[in-house]
Amino acid sequence: MAKVFKTDRRLFAGRYDSLNEIREFVAEAAQAAQLDSQGIYAIQLAVDEACCNIIDHAYGGEGRGWIDCQVDVRSDGLLVTLIDQGRSFDPERVPPPQIGKPLKAVKPRGVGLYLIKKMVDKMEYRTIAEQGNMMRLFKRKG
Amino acid sequence: MEIKHSQFKRCDLVRLSGRLDSATAPLLEEKLEEITEAGRFRLVLDLGDVDFISSKGWWVLINTQKKCKRFNRGEVLLVNVQPQIRDSLELVGMGKYFKIYDDVASAVGSF
Repeated sequence: MAKVFKTDRRLFAGRYDSLNEIREFVAEAAQAAQLDSQGIYAIQLAVDEACCNIIDHAYGGEGRGWIDCQVDVRSDGLLVTLIDQGRSFDPERVPPPQIGKPLKAVKPRGVGLYLIKKMVDKMEYRTIAEQGNMMRLFKRKG
Repeated sequence: MEIKHSQFKRCDLVRLSGRLDSATAPLLEEKLEEITEAGRFRLVLDLGDVDFISSKGWWVLINTQKKCKRFNRGEVLLVNVQPQIRDSLELVGMGKYFKIYDDVASAVGSF
């Protein structure tokens, strides 16, 4: 069982101009968890895409809710937990992006979630009645 | 994000610095639209000082590429793409939509 060395939690407004602050908050924890530079970029990108999905899809736009972000610096890596009170979704039903399509036919749908899954070692998503929607992203150090 | 635009005879050079995310992508979109609406479709984008690009940023570049490629010899070329940004671009299969150069002179000279 991995040890948790440090936990930090902050609430951010569900706006695009919060994204830089969120990425910096996550990067600081990723450094504490001894992720290498590629790992730090990967978890920042995954969290950024997840937060954009919360703003765009769960809340349906900017300024309509909060993003609760918790970071757990663990002995084996970094765990980031994002909670929102917006509309939930089923990750299994989001179609994968159209990789390999000609330029003219390519569309943005599904790219964010695909990137999240590729950037982290583990992604979990569930909806809890009293809390809201929870996405957990884990990046292993090393 | 800072955007610097220089116009050459055969192409336009756009140097970006900072981060390209959902907050800043609309600023770049506006600038690139201004250039293409002026009838200029040969663009070199220097990303050497860009340290983060999310999928929203890539979509601005892809939509501009779509627009430029509709015109004879129009194209968006990328220069100085940092390794972690390039990796994420390749990961989602978007790398094949762009030619990537290591220096501005080679990209500008290719037009």
